[in-house]
Amino acid sequence: MKTPLSSILLVLAASFVGSFGSVLLKAGADRLKRTLLGLLRNWQLPVGIAVYLVSFGMYTAAVRSGELTILYPMVSLGYLWTLLWSYLIFKEPLTRNKFIGIGMILLGVVVLNLGNR
Amino acid sequence: MSSPKRNRVKANFMVVGCTILGAAAQMLIKRGTAQLGQLVDPALGSALVQVPQIAWKIASNVPLFGGLACYGFSTMLLVLALRYGELSVLYPIIALTYVWVSILSVTMLGESLNVFKILGLALIVLGVAVLGRKDSKAV
Repeated sequence: MKTPLSSILLVLAASFVGSFGSVLLKAGADRLKRTLLGLLRNWQLPVGIAVYLVSFGMYTAAVRSGELTILYPMVSLGYLWTLLWSYLIFKEPLTRNKFIGIGMILLGVVVLNLGNR
Repeated sequence: MSSPKRNRVKANFMVVGCTILGAAAQMLIKRGTAQLGQLVDPALGSALVQVPQIAWKIASNVPLFGGLACYGFSTMLLVLALRYGELSVLYPIIALTYVWVSILSVTMLGESLNVFKILGLALIVLGVAVLGRKDSKAV
């Protein structure tokens, strides 16, 4: 089975969109107040969850045609997007351990999916 | 022990908890959708007249709702963890979900393991361990 380019682009877009879900959850967590009014005013949390659902819908549409062994690991590219936004938006340092750790996880997800062939 | 470090370690473990809940959610939803089976019974006529039966099939599906609840708790735990730690460290730890799902698929669903799967899972665990270590120098 061949994987159409449209599916690949859609999964890439899903990982990109999904990374903003994590950014919104972090922004919501940083201003989390345990009062009813505080929670109601925290728009980042529900919008973040909604963004996740959109990303999940895009992914589901993408995997209807194409090979899961190729498409599934590409979702993990979201970790790289998240690393970039963490640096740009939350000023988190880019460290060697983060690059090595995320690199190993990405490689691991690819190898794991080769085993599902 | 200094409090920032304690919080950092606590946040890491909270996200590990998220991954266990996430794996449980996936297994429950899989069981739930299998239990749903064919929603529309062709013998009973059009889908429209079967709406009450279909609604009941979905509403009475305990594993499905249990799975969704696990996802809900997992998200709450993630938000609480994100208060104490860096997004760039905590978010990739979610990849541990692959490890639990693989273990459960082998032990509960009788799926087979092979050298690729074992190597891939080992790489993910090692990658998470490297991420969870005290920060090295910024690059």
